[in-house]
Parts: sequence; C-alpha cells; structure tokens
Amino acid sequence: MIETRYLTVQVGGFVLADVNLVLPTGRYGVLMGKTGSGKTTLLESLCGLRRVVTGEILFDGVDVTHLPPAQRGIGLVPQDGTLFPMMTAAEHLEFALRVRKWPADKRERRVKELAELLHIERLLERRPHELSGGERQRVALGRALSFKPTILCLDEPLSALDDDTRAEMILMLKRVQRETGVTALHVTHNRDEAKKLADVRIEVKSGEVIEYSADPSDLNMLLATSDDGGFSSENGPPVNQLPR
Amino acid sequence: MSEETPDQAPDSAESRLHRPLPDWPFFLGLGILAAFYILLIAAMLLADVFYAAKEWRSVGAILVSEEIRYATWLSLISCSITTILSLWVAIPIGYLMSRWEFRGKALIDAILDIPIFLPPLVIGLSLLILFRQTPLKHLDDYFSIALSIPAVIIAQFSVASAFAVRTLRATFDEITPRREQVAMTLGCSRNQAFWFVVIPEAKRGILTAATLAWARALGEFGPILVFAGSTRKRTEVLPVSVHLELSIGNIEGAVGVSLLMVAIALTVLVLVRVLGGAERANRGFAP
Repeated sequence: MIETRYLTVQVGGFVLADVNLVLPTGRYGVLMGKTGSGKTTLLESLCGLRRVVTGEILFDGVDVTHLPPAQRGIGLVPQDGTLFPMMTAAEHLEFALRVRKWPADKRERRVKELAELLHIERLLERRPHELSGGERQRVALGRALSFKPTILCLDEPLSALDDDTRAEMILMLKRVQRETGVTALHVTHNRDEAKKLADVRIEVKSGEVIEYSADPSDLNMLLATSDDGGFSSENGPPVNQLPR
Repeated sequence: MSEETPDQAPDSAESRLHRPLPDWPFFLGLGILAAFYILLIAAMLLADVFYAAKEWRSVGAILVSEEIRYATWLSLISCSITTILSLWVAIPIGYLMSRWEFRGKALIDAILDIPIFLPPLVIGLSLLILFRQTPLKHLDDYFSIALSIPAVIIAQFSVASAFAVRTLRATFDEITPRREQVAMTLGCSRNQAFWFVVIPEAKRGILTAATLAWARALGEFGPILVFAGSTRKRTEVLPVSVHLELSIGNIEGAVGVSLLMVAIALTVLVLVRVLGGAERANRGFAP
C-alpha cells in the first residue's frame, strides 16, 4: 500500500503541498493531471528522489519518508525509459541483482523469467540504441521489476509511443501487474490510458482533485475524504487530494 | 466587371514559385575563411619539414643526441603522470560542478578558469613563490622540488588540469542525472551509481580530457622555465630543448625538436582515436 500524509515537497520555486493519497496493495493506480501539476514531483518523492519538506510517505505502513531511494524497494519506469546506453537489455535486467550480489545462476534464471514475462527474449543482447520505443519501455519495465519490488512507479511510460505500440503496452502493463501483484502507480495525461489501466484513478484538474475508482470495493478506502462536507475519514487526513 | 491589369492578373504557377538566392556564395565564403586557417597550419608544418629536409644532417644529429633523448623520455613520462593526476582531480571537480548547485559556485568556477586565462609565465612565477613560503617551503627544502623533475610535473599539472576540468564538466553536463536516479532506485548508493552508470558513459569524455591534458602538458613551457628551470638533462623537456637550441642560435636543432614533438603529438592523437573507437565497440562494464 502506498500512503502519503500531508506530504509537502519543494522543487526550486514549485511547491507541492499537503498531498494525501492512498493506493491499496495490488491495485493499479493512475495519477492524472496536466503538465506542471506536480505529478512527476509526487512520483519522484515516492521514489526518494526529492527531499520531503513535511509530511510522511508510508509503504505498507512503514515510514520511508527519509529513506534513500535504494532502501525503498520501489521500481521506477521513467519517461522515455532512461536506459543505460552502455548496457545490453540483459545487463539492464540483472543490474539491480548484481548490486544485490545475487549469485550468477539465480540472476540468469531471473533474467530468463523477466524476458519471458515481457516477450523480450530475442532482444537480450541489444543495447538501447538498437531497440524501438516500445522495446525500450519493456526493458525499462523489466529492469524496474527485476528485484521483485512491491511498488512500481511509472512516469508517463507510454507518452513517446505510437498508438499501436501504446495499445500493446497497455495490455502488457495490465497483465504484468496482475501476474506480479505489484502495487502500481502510473502517471499520465492520457485519458484512454487511464481508462484502460486504472483500478483507481486520481485526477488533478485545475487545482482540484476528483477521485474515481473502477472497483467499487475500493471506494470506501479511497473516498474517505474532504473536510468541507461529504465523506470524512475516521482518523487521519483526507485522502487522494492534491493541493487546490 | 473585372478589368485585368498585368498586376492583378492571376499568377501563373511558375511566377508564384519563390526563387531564393543561390547557395554557392555562402559555401564559397565558408570555404575561403576555413581554408585560410587550415592552410596556415599546414603551411607552418610543411615549412618546418622542408627546412629540416634541407638541413637533414644537423637535424638528424640533434635528434640522436643524448640531451634530446633525455628530454623526449622526460616529456613522455612527465606528461603521462600529469595526465593521470589531472584526471584524478578533474573527474571529481567536473562531476561536482555539473551536478550540484551551491553557494559560491560562481567563484569556484572563476577560480577553475584562472590557469586558462593566466599568462603561463605568471603561473610559473606564482608556483615558485608559493614553494618559497611556509609550509610548502619545508617540503621544498626537504625534497628540493623547485628546479627539479617534480617541479616539471607540478607546473604541467597546474595548467593541464584546468583543461581536463572544463572537458569533464561538459561531459557530465551531457549525461542526464536521471540515469543515476534510476540506478539509485535499483539499489545503488551514490558511489555505486557513479561507478556503474556515470563513468562508463563518460568514458569517451574522460579519454578526450586525458588527451587534452596530455597535449597541454607536452607543450607546457612558460611555467616549467620559471619553476623548474632549464637545466640540460635535468628539467629539460622538449619545449625547453627548443628554447635552449634557439638561445644558442641552433635553428636546425630547434626545428628538429619541434618536428619530433609534432610527430609524438600526432602519434598519441591517432592512438587515442583508435583506442577510443575500439572502446566504443566494447561492452560497458556492469557492477
């Protein structure tokens, strides 16, 4: 479960203030909003790449607010993949495992497993410049999932893809998320993407937050919110609200 | 009731086409300006070669002389040590300056440029004076650095490093910090992200910086003359040899040594290009 409580992050002159968000374990959350609304900043804070001014970030109830990125066990699929140009696809898949000092045979097995999951068996020896946009995103996804994180963050992972590849990747993302059971938070400004992927939709629209849930059973968890009437949480902050 | 004058006549397809001015004068201009400089360089070298060919006996004699052989070895060794030392400081400085904003950064930036702007003689003089003062004076008294080989290397290092720093900063600027951030989410510490992700990607830039530092060190003269002196077979590197030969009126000798330096520089340049090319084909190293 991803949870933030009154999270405030500052990046230069931009402030993202008092964000309360809950994403239950094993759900596919899609965070929508226009460019400049702070979606990416929020995602980066979850990953530990932005210093938190105040508030808390909890993963499965554990406070990770001030942990370094490496310690959070969170997989990140950045925009455009951000692959390492000198490494082959296979080297990407085993990068995190080498850092964790997995033995060679276990690493090899895991790379094979990931390659099968993502249908990139034939691309393993290729470097990023020899891959298409969709293939690059698959490698980036494999790299993020390699060490079996419980949380996966995707920052507009499909924005640079053509329509056909995007449709294909949407199916793949959904399937991979179901198969791995990872809790996914996906940032996008594409409505279609959100509709097809989201169990939980969180939207920032002209400063206001509208929450959706595709699965009614999530509603109670998600919409326990708002201090100006409506729902109210029993104990704790309003959830899934971004600053107005 | 339309009265068609030639002005208002519907344009024919041909007359509607805009005809731009021809491009050839532009390229001719570029070509002439470029050729001017390229020819100057080539002509200088050719003049040396012709001169040496005419005086090949005395040029040959100087090149096999013991002094010049000493100077060649000292140049090669001191430049290589300088290059390693330069990278040793330039990689961290370049990385820090590229990645972090901090108070006083502009000042540090300006300080790093001083060796590039300062007249070489002034650098030599400043080094000489620095090593006359405590605490470096004691170091100098003990190891006798000034007017000896370490002084040659220190003089080369103080200038060459500045160029290596510039190059590496530009190199790190071009590498997006995003990749390090991704590496950190994958379990790397900053140190690991630096070695596993940044350095492999910076290899070509590091090679360029090394070449530049090496070439600067090879040509370094002013600071060496002042700080290390020009003692034959002691602190005599190749530029000092040229100076010494010129000062006794031996132009053939000076030209001979100059051509030797050109040959060495070109060899190193080609070697680095070839090695750099091979490096590209190699696998990047993973953790």
